[in-house]
Amino acid sequence: MPKRDDIQKILLIGSGPIVIGQACEFDYSGTQACKALKEEGYTVVLVNSNPATIMTDPDFADRTYIEPITPAVVEKIIAAERPDALLPTMGGQTALNVTMELESSGVLKRHGVRLIGADVAAIHKAEDREAFREAMQRIGLALPRSIYVKSRQEARAAAAEIGFPSIIRPSFTLGGTGGNVAFNEEQFEAYVEWGLDVSPVHQLLIEESVLGWKEFELEVMRDRKDNVVIICSIENLDPMGVHTGDSITVAPAQTLTDKEYQIMRDAAIAIIREIGVDTGGSNVQFAVHPEDGRLVVIEMNPRVSRSSALASKATGFPIAKIAAKLAVGYTLDEITNDITKETPASFEPVLDYCVVKFPRFTFEKFAQTDDTLTTQMKSVGEAMAIGRTFKEALQKAIRSMEIDSHGFESRPHTGEALREKLRTPCADRLWYIGQALRDGMGLDEIYELSKIDRWFLFNIQEIIRFESALREAHELTVLLREAKTLGFSDRRIAEIRGVPERTVREMRRSEGIQATFKTVDTCAAEFEAYTPYLYSTYESECEAGPTMRRKVMILGGGPNRIGQGIEFDYCCVHASFALQEIGYESIMVNCNPETVSTDYDTSDRLYFEPLTLEDVLEIIRVEKPDGVLLQYGGQTPLKLAVPLEQEGVPIIGTSPDAIDRAEDRERFQKLLRKLGLKQPDNGTATSLAEALEIARDIGYPVVVRPSYVLGGRAMSIVFNDGDLEAYMASAVRASSEHPVLLDRFVMNATEIDVDAISDGTDVVIGGIMEHIEEAGIHSGDSACSLPPYSLKPQVLDEIRRQTVALAGELQVVGLMNIQYAVQDDEIFVLEVNPRASRTVPFVSKAIGVPLAKLGAKVMTGMRLAELGFTEERSIPYFCVKEAVFPFLKFPGVDTLLSPEMKSTGEVMGIDRRFGSAFAKSQIGAGTLLPTSGKAFVSVRDTDKQRVLPTVRKLVDLGFEIVATRGTAAFLREHGVAAQVVNKVLEGPPHIVDGITGREIAMVINTPTGLAAEQDSFSIRRSALTYFIPYFTTVAGAREAVNGIEAMAAEELKICPIQEYHRTGGETKS
Amino acid sequence: MKAALALADGRIFEGKALGASGETGGEIIFNTSMMGYQEILTDPSYQGQIITMTYPLIGNYGTNREDVESARPYASGFVVKEASGISSNWRADYSLGDYLRRHGIVGIQGVDTRALTRHIRDRGAQQAVLSTESVDPATLVARAQARPAMAGQDLVREVTCTEPYRWEESEWELGQGYRPAGAARFRVVAFDYGVKRNILRILAGAGCRVTVVPATTSAAAVLAEAPDGIFLSNGPGDPEPVTYAVETLRELLGRKPIFGICLGHQLLGLALGASTYKLKFGHHGGNQPVMDLKTRKVEITSQNHGFAIHPDSLAAAGSDLELTHINLNDRTVEGLRHRTLPVFSVQYHPESSPGPHDSRYLFDRFVEMMEAFRESPG
Repeated sequence: MPKRDDIQKILLIGSGPIVIGQACEFDYSGTQACKALKEEGYTVVLVNSNPATIMTDPDFADRTYIEPITPAVVEKIIAAERPDALLPTMGGQTALNVTMELESSGVLKRHGVRLIGADVAAIHKAEDREAFREAMQRIGLALPRSIYVKSRQEARAAAAEIGFPSIIRPSFTLGGTGGNVAFNEEQFEAYVEWGLDVSPVHQLLIEESVLGWKEFELEVMRDRKDNVVIICSIENLDPMGVHTGDSITVAPAQTLTDKEYQIMRDAAIAIIREIGVDTGGSNVQFAVHPEDGRLVVIEMNPRVSRSSALASKATGFPIAKIAAKLAVGYTLDEITNDITKETPASFEPVLDYCVVKFPRFTFEKFAQTDDTLTTQMKSVGEAMAIGRTFKEALQKAIRSMEIDSHGFESRPHTGEALREKLRTPCADRLWYIGQALRDGMGLDEIYELSKIDRWFLFNIQEIIRFESALREAHELTVLLREAKTLGFSDRRIAEIRGVPERTVREMRRSEGIQATFKTVDTCAAEFEAYTPYLYSTYESECEAGPTMRRKVMILGGGPNRIGQGIEFDYCCVHASFALQEIGYESIMVNCNPETVSTDYDTSDRLYFEPLTLEDVLEIIRVEKPDGVLLQYGGQTPLKLAVPLEQEGVPIIGTSPDAIDRAEDRERFQKLLRKLGLKQPDNGTATSLAEALEIARDIGYPVVVRPSYVLGGRAMSIVFNDGDLEAYMASAVRASSEHPVLLDRFVMNATEIDVDAISDGTDVVIGGIMEHIEEAGIHSGDSACSLPPYSLKPQVLDEIRRQTVALAGELQVVGLMNIQYAVQDDEIFVLEVNPRASRTVPFVSKAIGVPLAKLGAKVMTGMRLAELGFTEERSIPYFCVKEAVFPFLKFPGVDTLLSPEMKSTGEVMGIDRRFGSAFAKSQIGAGTLLPTSGKAFVSVRDTDKQRVLPTVRKLVDLGFEIVATRGTAAFLREHGVAAQVVNKVLEGPPHIVDGITGREIAMVINTPTGLAAEQDSFSIRRSALTYFIPYFTTVAGAREAVNGIEAMAAEELKICPIQEYHRTGGETKS
Repeated sequence: MKAALALADGRIFEGKALGASGETGGEIIFNTSMMGYQEILTDPSYQGQIITMTYPLIGNYGTNREDVESARPYASGFVVKEASGISSNWRADYSLGDYLRRHGIVGIQGVDTRALTRHIRDRGAQQAVLSTESVDPATLVARAQARPAMAGQDLVREVTCTEPYRWEESEWELGQGYRPAGAARFRVVAFDYGVKRNILRILAGAGCRVTVVPATTSAAAVLAEAPDGIFLSNGPGDPEPVTYAVETLRELLGRKPIFGICLGHQLLGLALGASTYKLKFGHHGGNQPVMDLKTRKVEITSQNHGFAIHPDSLAAAGSDLELTHINLNDRTVEGLRHRTLPVFSVQYHPESSPGPHDSRYLFDRFVEMMEAFRESPG
């Protein structure tokens, strides 16, 4: 059957900002869908508020709306674009939810938009737990017993019937937000209350616990001729009870006999048919009782998911791309397998390797939350590793995580403490298992505590046993090959032997023990593979087959984490595209399965490998690239600059020495002095006494941070000796090896981010971004505007001059980012990063110039003049970037912003007017700005004067003002009518009652100091959980109110990015 | 203990012994199934073959009393990357290594099975010798070269039953095991060319009273059972030398409904005038896409064969032979039927075990055919 010709224009909805539970995998799927649909000649209209995605690049869709993904906005897009069809299955839960709202409000019908991929009935049947339960009953499949409730009373009755432990699952939330396991009544009450709050429909499922059962997933695809195939089976190492996104997972399933597997396969096929997903991919989760094989269905996602991205990378079968083609009418047998080129997509991939996915957590950023893993996802990223055995893949996965672990390092716990660690799933349980095995605990005991299948435990035991062999051997050489086949890193072997890593590497080289590379080919070598998608292993035959072409190797960013996410993958993908454009072979190295960079058709060659020195050197040995590009993947590859250079690897672009000059404190200071530029007074302390002395010397407040971590980790602003002492006692242990850096905090300053590009001679500014929040909040967490909205032209010119001077002095070749603070027109240089920054995709989208591509090209020696980018673009519209935070996922965590980065993603708002652009950025980030109602204001004394104009504007806009006693008194003194509301400590009815009762429309609350932060915590936290817009900085509040004003003055308009680039966005609909 | 695998073309693979020690020979082939190694080992169609599993981790769930397709393993040898040191499954009895040892099957592990698979893919299936004894590689290669080729050998004689017997067991169910055969509506005689038990179980489950007979059973003896239908089983090797079976089938054509699977399909093809040929490395796995040319629907099938019916020979054999199924990977013949006689067959394994259950409808089709024939014979 050919593709459908009754549709020409297709609307695709993206997933918006990166949040926990919805990350890069939807850029991967959306990008594949855009490519596939355009390839088939359809006009693609895309909406996605996330500028850091590849799919929102102007070339990927015909009309790209970087606008908030809300029903109202999408309706406007539908009205303007008149698409024939809507593909809702590529943008995660966000896209499905918006689609369902557009359907129920009649918008789709009104505009004659048909759904392709999955229809409303199918989505409803899969997403609505009751409908799903009925559907499963119809086809004779079992689910855990469960009862659906809408109130606390109903929940109690359900608990009485089901007993403890029981699982609480709120309906319609992302990544299982609000999901929990209750072991007793007290926990149950608390979780139910929270769950009812976070569910948009205030609905929960109370479910029989299948804790400790084995967990599996199948990725299923179906076409319109009802052909169904299973793309991949996945077995979770962590049994039921831990969200699959937080579990270590393995592909294919390892511990099922064919008889058991076929029961599951039959069930998955019956489910996709019963739910009625006509075309595309779905994910079905199962639990299997470890002692009798009883199988229950857990859930089904009628769309591509994180697991489909993983399955695609694990098998080489591009699920999203195929799903898009099926949606427009192709059948599986009509689509060719890209990898084999001769066989069709209507088959089931087979693996001849083992895949391990490992979740990446950032609990260290959220000190107040505990790291127990539950049914609500908490990980922010993941890495995948491929090996010929589970042991090899597991050890490769560990070193892909970049958590400074290179194998099963020991843990100090013993006895009951250790047992408790095995019993309670947490981020590093795997290492505790290793420790228990090292201590001689038996597999059965570990199994009883953890319920992790003995097969996994046995394999870990084999690794641990080999450790002692390694430790005890007289001669390492005889064990080296076996160690490598078991996946031991050189670094871990070196640790065990107490020798430098280099010694192990040299021994390996002299023994001829080197990595071989094998192909991921979907078919276990039954057919020849034409796509060089490779992984390393220690086997007899190497299939890498490097070419003799001019080639550049790009080192990717590894697992997503806070501070290093999709923005860097975007840059790497652009580098790859750019290099191919100018005739280079591009070789990608990365281990993040969610990303576009790890698609086999993004680069000429793909190595799915950890980004450690050892693994990268092995690829370089085989490929011998003409250059290595490591300035695009964030800190991960950047850390390899010096060691790689020492190994004689040709690094292109800005030299590692220049990178060091910018990063090394002393060298950087000298550089600034040489150029006559200012930085805040600062010092380096190796003890508390020294720190106190320096702080008094430069004057409080002081920004303090350890020297050895980046991305704002453990960074804080201290206001007095007491704060500093507390910080030094808790956050860091200063020593001469690990000094603490202190900078004078530039108060009430405006922070500026500049992205620029240089070819070594010419420097061109990409964009100057003015932060909304004051300096002191991590640049990744503050909103910013391009162009700047308040700075004087002469200040901007001086910033330009300084940027050019810095680029010239550092001999930057490629991209660079500089952060400045401007205080009373005085400019301080905060940071210089001669590499791709987090803001590159945002700036590129804003100005319509692919900076990362240009950067990659100049790194190969091209000149900016040749590339036609010789002067800074000025744009007649405003682009506002806003950060998105994971606070909701972490109960007990305060929402205040600080120098430590906490956001997981970003959105972009574009408009001709700044206020409207800002309003869009807020809406895109999930802050639905109110246009009327009660505004609650409670600010610290120093902010009272500053917040006054904002409050006055709110009054003008018709808002009622509610304030705490002190703030209210101040406002009244200044002629603003403010109603007093109690602080929580003052007793009910207090402000939190107002928030939970939804009487308050917005919250402006700036913290006063440590004690008051505790006091106002419940205000911010309840605003968060009740989705009441809240602002914790005066600047943020000011611009939000300006945004409300803009919205009141004129309805928000929409315009595709292509129009902004072409006409400046003047021809608005 | 060390072990080595030597191929007739001179390629050597070294590894560690697995299972029984000693030396074995056979045609080296690869199977891409990721599960179901015990069913594969006990499939009589592997008589004379050394099986390489492309999935590297084999033995994870051990072996058990249930997951067998015949009374014992038939494979000549077994090649894996890593045999699991633990059997982790609630039904497991013995580890893979113990199971092989108990049944005297010589195996090898630690082999770069992907390199071996690529070699077989590029150079073709060929004779090989697998030894755990310290024999020098050149000698092993010479022994492999001295072995007779698969083509031209009648392996059916080595695996068929000696006496007819009644099949009493039906399909497997979780928590129930194999269920006893229920009330029978049809009498089926099944030729045992190396039959897999799951075929018999499904037939029994579909209401057939199955009598299994040796491959050499005469047409008259079959008809004397007054069957409603005749089933032709799978089996090992080359169909061409199994002339006695082809002759018997010619006598039976049109007398009773006939359904053939795998070797049975090839023998039926030969009886109907088609010809067969040897594939380069065959189809052995559970992910082969087959299209039913009538419905245009795709089934994911379980396959295990080294020979196939020549597509051109179908037309040459006369216009009454219809190609019903093709393999979408390489367009080979996967099924045929006779336009006038109640006869059909498939190259693949609708009984799977191991493998997907997509093609079970073929058994229903056989039952329907028997029903129709009973109402209006001929």
